[in-house]
Amino acid sequence: MANSILSVRKVTKIFGGLIAVNSLDLELAENGIHSVIGPNGAGKTTLFNCITGFYKPESGEILFQGHHLEYLSPDRVTRLGISRTYQNIRLFTNLSALENILVGQHPRLHTGMLGSIFKTPGMVKEEKEALAEARRLLAFVGLTGKGDHLSKNLPYGDQRRLEIARALASKPKVLLLDEPTAGMNPSETQEMVHFILRLRDELGITVLLIEHEMRVVMKISEVVTVLDFGQKIAEGTPAQIQSDSHVIEAYLGRGAASGLAQNEAKAKA
Amino acid sequence: MKKILSSSWFIPLQIGSIAGITGILMSLVGMVEEFAKRDIIAGIIEMGQTLVFINLLVAGYFAASRSQRAQAYLRVIEGGLAGAIATFFLWILVQLIPPLDLRSIFLNASPALIKVLTFDREGAAALGVMLTAGFLSGLAGGLIQSLPARYRTAVVRGLIWVAMLGLLQDLIRVTLLNFPGVGTALQWMFGSRNEKGLSVAGAIAVFVVVTGGSILQSNQATSLSARVGRLPAKQQQFIRWGGLLLAGAIVFYLPQVLGLYLSEVANQVGLFILMGLGLNIVVGFAGLLDLGYVAFFAIGAYVMGYLTTTAIGPESGQIIYGPQLNFWQALPIAVLISLVAGVILGVPVLNIRGDYLAIVTLGFGEIIRILAGSDFLKPYIGGSQGIVQVAPITIAGVDFNSPQKLYYLIILGILLATFVSWRLRDSRIGRAWKALREDEDVAQAMGIHLVSTKLMAFATGAAFAGMSGAIFASKIGSIYPHSFKLLVSINVLALIIVGGMGSLPGVFVGALILVGLPELLREFSEYRLLIYGVLLIIMMLTKPEGFIPETTHKRELHEEEPGTV
Amino acid sequence: MLKRALERFTLTDFLMWLVGTVIVSLVVVGSIATLRAGEYTSRHWFDFFIFGLAQGSIYALIALGYTLVYGILRMINFAHSEVFMSGAYIGYFVATSFNRSGFMDKSPYVALLIVMAVAMLTSVTVAVLVERIAYRPLRRAPRLVPLITAIGASFFLQEAFRTLFGSQSKAYPDVDVLKGTVSLGGDFAIQKIQILVILAAGLLMAALYYFVMKTRTGKAMRAVSEDKDTAALMGINVDSIIVRTFVLGAAAAGAGGVLYSLMFRQINAYMGFVPGIKAFTAAVLGGVGNIPGAMLGSLFLGIFESIGPILFLDGLGIAAPYQLKDVIAFSMLVLVLIFRPTGILGERLAKAKA
Repeated sequence: MANSILSVRKVTKIFGGLIAVNSLDLELAENGIHSVIGPNGAGKTTLFNCITGFYKPESGEILFQGHHLEYLSPDRVTRLGISRTYQNIRLFTNLSALENILVGQHPRLHTGMLGSIFKTPGMVKEEKEALAEARRLLAFVGLTGKGDHLSKNLPYGDQRRLEIARALASKPKVLLLDEPTAGMNPSETQEMVHFILRLRDELGITVLLIEHEMRVVMKISEVVTVLDFGQKIAEGTPAQIQSDSHVIEAYLGRGAASGLAQNEAKAKA
Repeated sequence: MKKILSSSWFIPLQIGSIAGITGILMSLVGMVEEFAKRDIIAGIIEMGQTLVFINLLVAGYFAASRSQRAQAYLRVIEGGLAGAIATFFLWILVQLIPPLDLRSIFLNASPALIKVLTFDREGAAALGVMLTAGFLSGLAGGLIQSLPARYRTAVVRGLIWVAMLGLLQDLIRVTLLNFPGVGTALQWMFGSRNEKGLSVAGAIAVFVVVTGGSILQSNQATSLSARVGRLPAKQQQFIRWGGLLLAGAIVFYLPQVLGLYLSEVANQVGLFILMGLGLNIVVGFAGLLDLGYVAFFAIGAYVMGYLTTTAIGPESGQIIYGPQLNFWQALPIAVLISLVAGVILGVPVLNIRGDYLAIVTLGFGEIIRILAGSDFLKPYIGGSQGIVQVAPITIAGVDFNSPQKLYYLIILGILLATFVSWRLRDSRIGRAWKALREDEDVAQAMGIHLVSTKLMAFATGAAFAGMSGAIFASKIGSIYPHSFKLLVSINVLALIIVGGMGSLPGVFVGALILVGLPELLREFSEYRLLIYGVLLIIMMLTKPEGFIPETTHKRELHEEEPGTV
Repeated sequence: MLKRALERFTLTDFLMWLVGTVIVSLVVVGSIATLRAGEYTSRHWFDFFIFGLAQGSIYALIALGYTLVYGILRMINFAHSEVFMSGAYIGYFVATSFNRSGFMDKSPYVALLIVMAVAMLTSVTVAVLVERIAYRPLRRAPRLVPLITAIGASFFLQEAFRTLFGSQSKAYPDVDVLKGTVSLGGDFAIQKIQILVILAAGLLMAALYYFVMKTRTGKAMRAVSEDKDTAALMGINVDSIIVRTFVLGAAAAGAGGVLYSLMFRQINAYMGFVPGIKAFTAAVLGGVGNIPGAMLGSLFLGIFESIGPILFLDGLGIAAPYQLKDVIAFSMLVLVLIFRPTGILGERLAKAKA
């Protein structure tokens, strides 16, 4: 088994009276693709928020390459090498596509105020390289030539890709993708699948994926974790998950699990 | 009621009523009467009537645009109808003033007002004239609406230029008289010396030139930028540099041309531009709504005053201690202390957002103002009597206090601030600020350190305001707490919004419109805030990105991208 | 465990707590000094207290508008202070004409009631117009835009009233029946006008609270402020409810305007600004969206503002402490928003989630 690059141990997050995430364990294998699925409200996005430092868990630990993430602020987490996208795209709407990506590079650039005011050679070089890198990322996600378009004017599919480009700009080791195929048609979804595979294979990034589109999950995940009501109810390979009765129950209700089992029994008979 | 609502006459009725009420408001507020003192076209149209006319024109315009009629001419007629209905409201007002003694409540419901509104006629003649005027104005509005878009903007621009030149007539005259040979042209354009406003010929000429120019400009083929673009590259460069040099020369020689009074106005505008550039960073770039910005202006002024005043002693009007530095020694200290103040006032509000941030900063601003004027701190900073005998600005013993000389200092300050803003805007920190403005949480998730980013915005903004305040203190020679009211913060905020939040040219435009114009047009000063309020509302409803939106500088990124058109 | 707690606590937090402690200590020290000096009798304190109570009651009426509108639209209605002012102003005209015609002397209570009704009507009209013209079109705009519009509306109203009716301050007429004091035994007495203010405000607040809690419209208001979209899905006419919210807040403010004018006598076009900010402070103090909170916060602020300068500023040796009365209110605003933005009684607004 590959190294675990991110460990979530017994993390609990409570809002008022609601336990959103309940003592959750999750190990993310390096350079792999790990999916988190579950019905709405299962706590998936909350998990992401805990990992990225937006929420502080009530208890538990999150370890990333030896660092404790539980009480770090989101910018520190990003600077350590974890990036994310959002369920309902949160680009910087009034900035251009290129500017969005350039912002994403913020932790890797170093020019301060003085350098910017006096346009030191260091700053000029850095900006030039940053711009070149931003264009490369733009090309990588297939948005060449749209760099100057305001992000709010881009079509939906492009916006999703831009968000990923922006997340890649900080050269993360782990990328958290929150429902990247939401709102996409089948061909766009296929493209996204290939793209995620490229992330793993070409860039060596570890991907943690929240998805509702089961075909995507089944196709590319190495490990699937299923959440319901904030708890892990199943974990394993896609094949194992597909036939897990708890999973079926969570998604389709109690009757469905036994119904499916009956159907299978009949089919075998 | 329902029948009226669904009838096809509803639109002109509705719009006419709104215009009527607006007209009544404008009259009772006193604007019509007050503005009547200035002529636009000498002897023919004055500003007060123009105001009413504009109201009716706009009514006609909107009635025509919202009309549900199919045929164009009917729409135009509905425009006229709206105008007539509006004037009918005004006529009713006129009828009601004497019997109800409205003057005891509405101070401006005077006979002079009645005279203006009724074109100095009475009874049935008044009604007839007013209704006709209303109908024709509304008709004109409807006609403008029915023009294709290019011509529409051209006509509107032409009208605006006529109005502006008419209003600013005496100032233009005074200024341009300094140039030889211009005398006769001025005579022709502006009528004889004693009359105010444009001459009829002048008005027509201006209208034709501007409208025609506008039409040519809007046509892709004949516009200025297209024509320039067709020239060979070397010539384009030449034109570009030539233009810059020309602009620079104009800026440099301006005080000579403008004379004393106008230079003073330019200085006022300049100080606000300086503040605007600072607030532009805080609000325009970083999206931190600061309603207490005047605090930093005050701090800059007070530090300058404290450090340089010579009125030291136990008596009233004096402060008990002060180091008595000169202006140039005190200036950097004032800017530095303002900067630090920006950080200090920024720290508590790091976690506060949006509306709450606005109110808290407003609170800070007010606290500082009250403390500045309090008896508690009086021995140190002068209390309500302020600090007097603030050192004037001198260079090598030469007094710098005439408006013309001061102008250059302020220009220097503006250049510095503009340069810094410009550099920062396109830098890593500038992008961080903009990200902050767009979405603070995601900005943080992108690795931006919120605390330092926000504090840098506050600090830079405060520094600019401090510089402006320090110059202000020396310029006036004394400072009083009542110069630092909330109003100043709102002024600066209004000008960067009207100009365009986050855009550098926008600050200049905003300052010219919201600070320059009221200074030039004294009649406006009484109604300045009223117009501010209306302007803010209208701009937010129609053009929240301002006159020069931020995104127009995108072409800079464009130019570096090879291989794209 | 300690390490965890420390990691959450940044340098800025530390600085803020330092400042807060300093301020609290100053307050305590000053108060003790004043009390020890014994310069003020219990009669004095009682007077300050009652004055603060009356002022606080007026703030409560204004605060209601802020807290309701913020709860429902998540925006600070900057123009609300002018809604308050407009009621007071038009009420002035009615009151003066009643005074002149002798109606005020003949049946003062009826006259006052009519004045109040007219004032409330005016305030409601202004509020509804502002909502319709300036706020409704911008409901989905980014945060900054409605805020600026509100500021614009506020300025416009102030200036409109000033230019329409003149810049001079106007004085409410003397109402005979409200002159003088009522003795409470011993040395203590309350001014009649203060009794009126406290009782009238109390009654109105009770009525409005009942309205919001028990009636259908009130329930709909609370639903819309919880979740606008869901409320719409439930068949609630959101626009109409929003208008009614404005109406409620404005009516209270208009009544407050009349009471304020009767108590302080002078009115002018700018009278709304400072009470408006203080009322907003009180609303935040009690928890935005929380009506009993707004009421309690207002009373607290009124009393604290009245007693405060004498209580601790004087003790600290500050000259002319009453000049800094507003500083106390503004400082309280700043402190509450920094340390406990959800208010003392807590609000029900959730932090934005990713």
